[in-house]
Amino acid sequence: MSAGFDLQATTRRGAGLDRLGVLLAAIVAAGLALQPFCLFRANRIVAAKPVGLLSALPPLESQIVLGLIVVASVLLLLRTPSPLRLSVSVLTLVLLAFAIGRAGVYLTPSSNTYARVAPGGGFWFAAFAFAIALADAAVRLRMPPLGRLALLALIGGALWLFLWSGACDALSILREYANRADVFWREARVHLFLAAGSLAAAAVVGIPLGILCVRVRPLRAALLNSLNILQTIPSMALFGLLIAPLAWIGAHVPGASAIGIAGIGIAPAFVALFAYSLLPMVSNTVAGLESVPVQARDAARGMGMTARQRFMEIELPLAFPVILTGIRIVLVQNLGLAVLAGLIGGGGFGTFVFQGISQTATDLVLLGALPTVALAFAAAIVLDAAVEMTRPMTSASARKSKSLFERHDE
Amino acid sequence: MIEINGITKVYEGIRAVDDVSLKIGSGEIVTVVGTSGSGKTTLLRMINRLVEPTSGTILIDGRDNRDLPGHELRRAIGYAIQGYGLFPHRTVAQNIATVPKLLGWDKKRIESRVDELLALFHLEPSQFRARMPHELSGGQQQRIGVARALAAEPAVLLMDEPFGALDPIIRGKAQEDLIEIQRRFATTIVLVTHGMDEAIRLGHRIAVMDKGKLLQFAAPAELIAHPATAFVADLAGRADRAFRLLSLSPVVDLLEPGEASGEPIGAQASLKDALSEALWSGRAALPVLRDGAIVGRVTREKLMARAGQPQ
Repeated sequence: MSAGFDLQATTRRGAGLDRLGVLLAAIVAAGLALQPFCLFRANRIVAAKPVGLLSALPPLESQIVLGLIVVASVLLLLRTPSPLRLSVSVLTLVLLAFAIGRAGVYLTPSSNTYARVAPGGGFWFAAFAFAIALADAAVRLRMPPLGRLALLALIGGALWLFLWSGACDALSILREYANRADVFWREARVHLFLAAGSLAAAAVVGIPLGILCVRVRPLRAALLNSLNILQTIPSMALFGLLIAPLAWIGAHVPGASAIGIAGIGIAPAFVALFAYSLLPMVSNTVAGLESVPVQARDAARGMGMTARQRFMEIELPLAFPVILTGIRIVLVQNLGLAVLAGLIGGGGFGTFVFQGISQTATDLVLLGALPTVALAFAAAIVLDAAVEMTRPMTSASARKSKSLFERHDE
Repeated sequence: MIEINGITKVYEGIRAVDDVSLKIGSGEIVTVVGTSGSGKTTLLRMINRLVEPTSGTILIDGRDNRDLPGHELRRAIGYAIQGYGLFPHRTVAQNIATVPKLLGWDKKRIESRVDELLALFHLEPSQFRARMPHELSGGQQQRIGVARALAAEPAVLLMDEPFGALDPIIRGKAQEDLIEIQRRFATTIVLVTHGMDEAIRLGHRIAVMDKGKLLQFAAPAELIAHPATAFVADLAGRADRAFRLLSLSPVVDLLEPGEASGEPIGAQASLKDALSEALWSGRAALPVLRDGAIVGRVTREKLMARAGQPQ
């Protein structure tokens, strides 16, 4: 791989500049030059004072950090081997995290509990650029599914260790967290329950519906079209539409209000997420079952498998990767959509986002938004790996031939 | 023995198979040939009841094929199709073991049967057992498809264009393998094809179908010499029927004592090859070689006489 890469690098025309690297280096440079590295507020809601990288840290430290970021950007700018790009990106992200943590401590006057230090545009630009470089290097390395899971676990573990160590405790977002630790974890559980619970319900209902659609042709168009229409209803409108019927159920069905069914709160959020999840579940089940090769079906029947054996042993296993892709779509979509539950008192990370918006407290918004993004990202990586591992066509040899093919037009 | 009596299949008013009757002897290879839409595949699929007939009966070894539930009947009959239909999520060994597993064979017996079949089809068991279908070439997939059909030692094997997707050289080899395996196990084979060459090469007898009707059911030589209808004559090929006829018999049939010069021809080569060689090299006679010794000659005159329409 690396030998092939070197050969390519030397035979390529022009200077050895990486196209994506140019863009990323420009983002880092623009971020650090034009945007503050962090923002200082005397208290939680007053206007922020921008602080550049060189004043955010003690002089020597800030110069070292700046120097390292410049070196890392140059390494991305040049056509360097993927393993190097991967390690440079990871190390720079760690460096940025430590730097912002240090800035929090350095800028906050001791014994001042009102002052807040938050990451500024410069930090976010740089973090974004190196995160993209990390993802790009991982893709270029064509890591096998288990390798990607290991990388994810490593990054997650490092992040947890870093937060747990207290290196960033002086930052405003963690101050917001410290004030609300109990609530944070409660809302995290609600968020996961909303996203995963509605997915589970959609799978339990949607997969059998998909199977039914394949068997009963007339049902198929009717059901898929109605789900399509449901999908086009804006989420806010759907919440509104659900208030009346759910309030009625809560008031009139015995025991319904005891399990939380009411016009607002968790019930309409759950129902809305469930409704949005149905279409991907049903249509992916249909697509999966229809992707089973006709000859394999015919051979299974011709060799004397019963209808049940054909379904359980041939059709379902062959459709499974596509159904799992549906689950991936739904989970990532739900983790994001569940934020809206915060609007109607349904809980979840959206609670912080909407509280933050109403109080114009950016840090509080971030306290809700960042975990949501991280969860959706992690879910996508885990399920993509699972899909790849369950697909019979993507064994080691198939991947090899695919990568050989792709390298030509890289 | 398979007895097909007045079998008819009507699809939406169209008679896909129209009152077809024929008897297939045990250990016989019968090829069913016809254009697409002739009903040949439907006829084949009614034997193992993948398609239920509208009327008529099919007896296999004297028993009506409706005596057993469809899936049990099909477990007793081998089935190989164009495109092979290997299960992409199962290994080669698991694919071959499909029917034995359905029949509840014990693990040891299944394993030894799988290895036996792989060896029979010239695929090294230790190397191929654990492979996935997409890791095989087309020819290898085809062999696994036939091995799978033969796994439970069926007395009858149904094949629907089994060699359709192979290139000519691999196809020739696969046809030879099939002939050899059929000789060894005396399996009764019904093979559907659209190619007359394949039908002639493999079939002890050939059933020609058109628009759902059976036009002629006869041995290859009879079919070429006395086609029942103009359609059969067209299908058998008017232009090269003389050579088709010659291709059916070996040189040894026309062996006579005597001398001839030049490169000898094998006793088992076809008369067609012998005539071609005689014409090409401009010789009136070719020496015939059997087991490494010249045993006589074959003359161009007799070869040409044999190519004429039989009386």
